[in-house]
Amino acid sequence: MPQLKKDMLLDMLERMLQIRHFEQQVDKFYMEGKVHGTGHLYIGMEAIAVGSIFAISQDDLITSTHRGHGHCIAKGADLSRMMAELLGKKTGYCKGKGGSMHIADIEKGNLGANGIVGGGIAIATGAALTVKQTCSGQVVLCFFGDGAINQGLFHEAANMASIWSLPIIYICENNQYGMGFPVKKAVNIQKLSDRAAAYGIKGLTIDGNDVIGVHDTVKDLASSVRKMSGPVLLECVSYRWKGHSRMDAERYRTKQEVEEWKKKCPIKRLQKYLTDSAIATEKELQDIEKKVEGQIAQAVDFAVNSPFPDKNEAMTDIYA
Amino acid sequence: MREIFYLDAINEALSQAMTEDERVFLIGEDIGVYGGAFGVTLGLLEKFGPDRVIDTPISEPAIVGIGAGSATTGQRPVVEIMFSDFLLMTLDQLANQAAKMRYMFGGKAKVPMVIRTTGGGGTGAAAQHSQSIESVLLHFPGLKIAIPSNPYDAKGLLISAIKDENPVIVIEHKLLYKKVKGPVPEEMYSVEFGKANVIKEGRDVTVVATSYMVQKLLGIVDKIQAEGIDMEIIDPRTIKPLDIDTIVASVKKTGRAVLIEEACYTGGFTSFLASEISLRAFDWLDAPVQRITGLDAPIPYSVVLENEVIPSEERIINGIKKALL
Repeated sequence: MPQLKKDMLLDMLERMLQIRHFEQQVDKFYMEGKVHGTGHLYIGMEAIAVGSIFAISQDDLITSTHRGHGHCIAKGADLSRMMAELLGKKTGYCKGKGGSMHIADIEKGNLGANGIVGGGIAIATGAALTVKQTCSGQVVLCFFGDGAINQGLFHEAANMASIWSLPIIYICENNQYGMGFPVKKAVNIQKLSDRAAAYGIKGLTIDGNDVIGVHDTVKDLASSVRKMSGPVLLECVSYRWKGHSRMDAERYRTKQEVEEWKKKCPIKRLQKYLTDSAIATEKELQDIEKKVEGQIAQAVDFAVNSPFPDKNEAMTDIYA
Repeated sequence: MREIFYLDAINEALSQAMTEDERVFLIGEDIGVYGGAFGVTLGLLEKFGPDRVIDTPISEPAIVGIGAGSATTGQRPVVEIMFSDFLLMTLDQLANQAAKMRYMFGGKAKVPMVIRTTGGGGTGAAAQHSQSIESVLLHFPGLKIAIPSNPYDAKGLLISAIKDENPVIVIEHKLLYKKVKGPVPEEMYSVEFGKANVIKEGRDVTVVATSYMVQKLLGIVDKIQAEGIDMEIIDPRTIKPLDIDTIVASVKKTGRAVLIEEACYTGGFTSFLASEISLRAFDWLDAPVQRITGLDAPIPYSVVLENEVIPSEERIINGIKKALL
């Protein structure tokens, strides 16, 4: 595995911190009743989005999930416009029409989050078909959760991608629960990646809290997938720290279980690696954290002070 | 002008659109070697090769979703879903994804996907291969729906659909494929969406019909005329967008309206149309708007029962007479 350069490692840390602080801020907004809608927080899973998206290039494509803020930020979305979208403002990514579950940034290769569990899997596969038809050399990362792997659409799309050798990596974020239903009760297999065998494609299960491991694995897979070696199913094992959505009494798990997983925090793990191997100093890490806090404060300021959309906007953008 | 079948008009539209624009490709079940369940795509695999006439496994939801993803990333897929009944399996990908992407993303996405499918009964294929589901699709903002009743419109509307920047569903009628011939120009042409076709002008009653019901009606024009009734016949061609102005103008002229569709009575397209007519032309109406539709039953198998459920010539004639009472 190639050793990552310091700049890259610090950039990855910064991006993970952006996700963490962004989500904490959104959570705070929820608590204060400042957000009209609902959303799903990515806290605890930052290494998957950041590790995998740092392993592809800016031109490459992704589809995201209902828990999509992390993928958006990792793909380089503007924090201010994201925060504005969550507050339903005119300046938001979707002009306030999409909200938390529908942020897309097509120009940056983000084909959109999705309110339907597994709803983006075929869209990602269609994007991969375009890549193949136009020989554009891109790769598509299709994010979905452990819940979505049980949707019929996953089977249909993965099968088609396999017969056509499409350049797509299906990244299954196993955060242990589909809403409140434990993955162990939802499937009769040990590893979700075992399902790859059904399509005659490569399947891997890795630690989704190890950002460097995720990065190196996806980098490696992407280089062969780009050469049309066929799709891959990559399971990244992680944990969702917060409830499923805004309203979740979390009756399906214990506080102790959550605390155990918090000890495996992907951000602390990277920070520890950076200091232990003398790649960065405590001071450098603190500076990054401060910088991110500033970015989030700026995003909040922008979002709060942005105007709501004009009422007439309700009837625009329905047709092209 | 030469006359060709409805099916051949569609095949020609596909061929010409694919020749003109290399982003246009076909995807669906058995559309290649088999030529499609009804033979509509016969010969296109030989002409354009397997990269542009893509046979898929039997996975309707993913076919539609792949179409949406492909369209969003710059291609112009023409998806074939053999029977519109099977479109019901794909409703998430169609209604939640393709139809809403542009809006949800604040106007940043375009989904120029066409879905060709077949509707209607009369073939003895029973309840899961004979429905007319257009009113289900009508309900989703973001979709357009074309429903050609003759070869000329079949070609022109399909070409418009392929050039449209939005998801469009073209509902073809199985009984029209090899039964109805008509004049079709050899060159490429478009039939504009949202522009109704006034097939016949008349004084006494405005009769609006869609798809195969137009042909059924045209087959009995003489009989109706013999009753002393002079119909104005309008085919909306696309039910979304709908050319309500042409229909309302006609009703204001005749003072009476009869609406014919093959779909079920409750919640049908014509119930929406009837409400629009009463809102916009109430003072001009001399009689209640009559609706002649399929019965509120699944399409049955036995020919006797099927004929009972789908509007018959007799029901159409009686309905029109009723509007003249």
